[in-house]
Amino acid sequence: MKLNVKYDMNIACKAILKEQVENLNLAYKSISLGEIEFKESITSEQLEQLNAGLNKYGIEIIDSQKNALIQKTKDVIIEMIYREENLPSIKISDYISNKVNYSYGYLSTLFSEITYSSIENFIILQKIERAKLLILAEDLSLTEIAYRLSYSSVAHLSAQFKKTTGLTPSAFQSIIKKRRAKEFT
Amino acid sequence: MKTETYHILLAEDDEDDRLFFKEAISELKINSELTIVNDGVQLMNYLNQKDVVLPHLLFLDINMPRKNGMKALQEIRNDERLKDLSVAMYSTSSAQKDIEAALANGANIYINKPSDFDHLKRIITKAVSVNWQYHTSGLNKENFILNIE
Repeated sequence: MKLNVKYDMNIACKAILKEQVENLNLAYKSISLGEIEFKESITSEQLEQLNAGLNKYGIEIIDSQKNALIQKTKDVIIEMIYREENLPSIKISDYISNKVNYSYGYLSTLFSEITYSSIENFIILQKIERAKLLILAEDLSLTEIAYRLSYSSVAHLSAQFKKTTGLTPSAFQSIIKKRRAKEFT
Repeated sequence: MKTETYHILLAEDDEDDRLFFKEAISELKINSELTIVNDGVQLMNYLNQKDVVLPHLLFLDINMPRKNGMKALQEIRNDERLKDLSVAMYSTSSAQKDIEAALANGANIYINKPSDFDHLKRIITKAVSVNWQYHTSGLNKENFILNIE
């Protein structure tokens, strides 16, 4: 039988961080989106143990200012796209700038400098990734998916989907189904 | 991020196409290291070496002697150590059924070989940058399929 699940990455990751930090008996002030504030500094040995514990879950400790900012920008964008409600009604650049607390111009330049891509491309990629999940879950129509992701029409979603993946939503769905039929677990 | 070296592996039997590809990569502004093998048997030998550094992205020509791309792809996907490799299939065909067959068989990217140099640069850039997003942004690789025209 098949079971569909959905996850709230924020809740899941926060629980993992809390568990790992408490396992090492490290006193902390707060755990928020991508950030842990400890009550006092931790030793490099503790840092290594914490990193090792977190790595098992695909979580990494970031150590440079610029990389941390990029990651925060990505986290804000992902959170914006995967929330239950529709995308925010204010300009996306303002939304990001407010949440990360840096000017959009600065973030944009930094993003392009450090990753192989621009913020706009990243946003489109994430939206299409979410569209893929919704298409494969098969319980929303393409129209509902377009609305949920704030596209002005199904045509707009399909066009961007095709532009980003080179495939129509239906070709994509059929290919994944064939792939899954070939896998044996 | 950008400071990490991007390891690219090309499996291509045609010498002119190999040169073409090598030129194109050298003109892109990425910190890359390119390794080239000439057919499917060389490819599997390379990947099966004990301490090999697995590539971030493998460009695999479908039509090669000794072992063709589709056969190599199947072996890669059935190998515990290699199954998560990003593979871009490279072909002279632009037929929808060939595109869908390659992707359904487990290729992540499908590329129709261009004859124009600038077009090739654009295609490689797109493959490299989208693949990097999957490498660094925790996206679900199971749904990573891309047809580049």
